[in-house]
Amino acid sequence: MSLASNTAVLLGKELRTEFRSRELLTTTVVFILMVVVLFSFTFDPTSGESRRFGPGLLWLSFLFAASLMLQPCFLREQNSDTLSSLRLAVSDPFAIFLAKLCANTLFLLLTELLMLPIFAILYNVPILQELHWLILVLFLGSLGVSIAGTALSAISAQARMRELLLPLLLLPLLTPVLVASTQVTVGLMDQSPYVEWKGIGFLAIFDLVFLTALWLFGEYLLEE
Amino acid sequence: MRRVTLEIAPGECVVLAGRNGSGKTTLLRIAAQLVRPSAGKLSFYSAAAGEPAVERPGYVAHATMVYDELTAEENLLLFARLQQVTAPEARAEALLREVGLFERKDSVVRTFSRGMRQRIAIARALLHTPAVLLLDEPSTGLDPLGVSWLAGALRNLREAGCTIVMSVHGESEVSALATRGVRLDAGGVMADTKTGAKLQSILHFGNN
Repeated sequence: MSLASNTAVLLGKELRTEFRSRELLTTTVVFILMVVVLFSFTFDPTSGESRRFGPGLLWLSFLFAASLMLQPCFLREQNSDTLSSLRLAVSDPFAIFLAKLCANTLFLLLTELLMLPIFAILYNVPILQELHWLILVLFLGSLGVSIAGTALSAISAQARMRELLLPLLLLPLLTPVLVASTQVTVGLMDQSPYVEWKGIGFLAIFDLVFLTALWLFGEYLLEE
Repeated sequence: MRRVTLEIAPGECVVLAGRNGSGKTTLLRIAAQLVRPSAGKLSFYSAAAGEPAVERPGYVAHATMVYDELTAEENLLLFARLQQVTAPEARAEALLREVGLFERKDSVVRTFSRGMRQRIAIARALLHTPAVLLLDEPSTGLDPLGVSWLAGALRNLREAGCTIVMSVHGESEVSALATRGVRLDAGGVMADTKTGAKLQSILHFGNN
């Protein structure tokens, strides 16, 4: 019960802080928008090329944007040593991770849903036909990115060269998520759309395994 | 830290003194359970049953440990709810009045002076009415009026039975509350006394 209530209180704090500053959302939206627009103008892909390469580009831009978004996740808790006050206040440290990964997933998903129509227009790719499946893969992919990213953000925040460390750790770790999410999205954006169940299953298992690991070992990541 | 053995009775007000780097902050962070000691043991016992107490101590550090982007009231409500304090709104309001920040409750902490931030930091540490209070140089940033207020607040807490352990630099109204002085040097206890003249010499050491 205290885990759920602590998580809800902390999630409220994360949302309030972000919607007040709009620091993360603005950075992420602008970054993805720039990648998608610049790529479209530079290569001017045909409809067939867009269907084939577009999903990969989209997920790659989501991944790079997520590494930007996740960087300050634990870093800003160090400004006034608020991580210590959180550790003193919560009964289960997992609540700190749970609130942060819920907030990160929500921010990432919001950004992706904002970017999806722009991507569809610029690349002439249909998204409405299989929208529910597309939302599912966006959710599973974003959750995987957020779980691994939140854990690595806690590790890198205490290290030297922290700005460099997070992308260095995060990008190789999330390569399987990138590949699976792209494969499923390619299937959904195909002329005859199909659901790549293997990819969806992989994403679900990845999320479950990393969430369990975070639950078991997260406490040690917060220690000084 | 090395060779540190301290047993602190309920209601004691212990002052930790020593040069910079002597281990005062580390000892307080270990006591707050923020740093896990590589060896040794830390135990809290409730006075009544002799059972290990589960409540966390209140802790005031060098940093304010509150969110700059939130208002004074939002900060206190956040930590009160996390610690499942009964009637968090009333408790936050009472503490804001006590630390003299009620008029500024809707201002974000970023706009506060160092002294005001220290007051909100102290209020945060007192939210759950802790039985043990750990303070790392609590008068940092406070003006003489603020130091007098802090000394009064700590005196009231001590009289209510709260155990206080604090690090200080030099003699002040706050250090005058000490019932025991512990001098640290190079991570070890150099002196530990409760008696008058020796206690004064330990407190005076903080000036050096």
